[in-house]
Amino acid sequence: MEFVAYDWWTQFVRWGHIISGIMWIGHLWYFNFTQTPTMPKIPTELRPAIVRFILPEALFWFRWGAMFTLGFGLILAYMNGYLLDAIKIGIGDNNHKFTAIGIGMWLGTIMWFNVWFIIMPNQNKVMGVTSATPDEVNAARRTAGLASRVNTMLSIPMLYGMVFSAHFY
Amino acid sequence: MEKLLNSLSGTIIAGFVLVIVEILVIHAIH
Repeated sequence: MEFVAYDWWTQFVRWGHIISGIMWIGHLWYFNFTQTPTMPKIPTELRPAIVRFILPEALFWFRWGAMFTLGFGLILAYMNGYLLDAIKIGIGDNNHKFTAIGIGMWLGTIMWFNVWFIIMPNQNKVMGVTSATPDEVNAARRTAGLASRVNTMLSIPMLYGMVFSAHFY
Repeated sequence: MEKLLNSLSGTIIAGFVLVIVEILVIHAIH
């Protein structure tokens, strides 16, 4: 039955990778293009609503979007048979596709690391999930914001690598 | 670098510069 064919599962994993990726990068761009630039314009008494209600919810979908994007992506690369070729960015393979998808994968992995091990621990201090002094909260806000901006910058070449590899030929 | 990334437009420009670097790397490897 075609439904259970290997190609069907590859398509399913690819679809999972893309919708998780949109969930992740959509929230990343929301933070950087909408929320952060708007915060200074919001009256002080209203700002806690963002930090206490919108931010925790957005960060939930953001971090799990990142996790599922990475998971589906690695499974997809394995199923397509180019996981190791992509990890070594096509060196010695004479194939542009492996280089492009490999660079995209490495950038995506750096971004995933930033989400789980830099942005989230610092945002937990900002949201009061983990205890911190006011000075530590300010430092955490700066570090999380900077890591988020780094990820926004990296998302541009990351997406180039992903799309190039899929549509160049 | 931090000053550049504090600006949204600076972040986007840096991203596009990295795309050019990426294209050069792809062509350098092959």
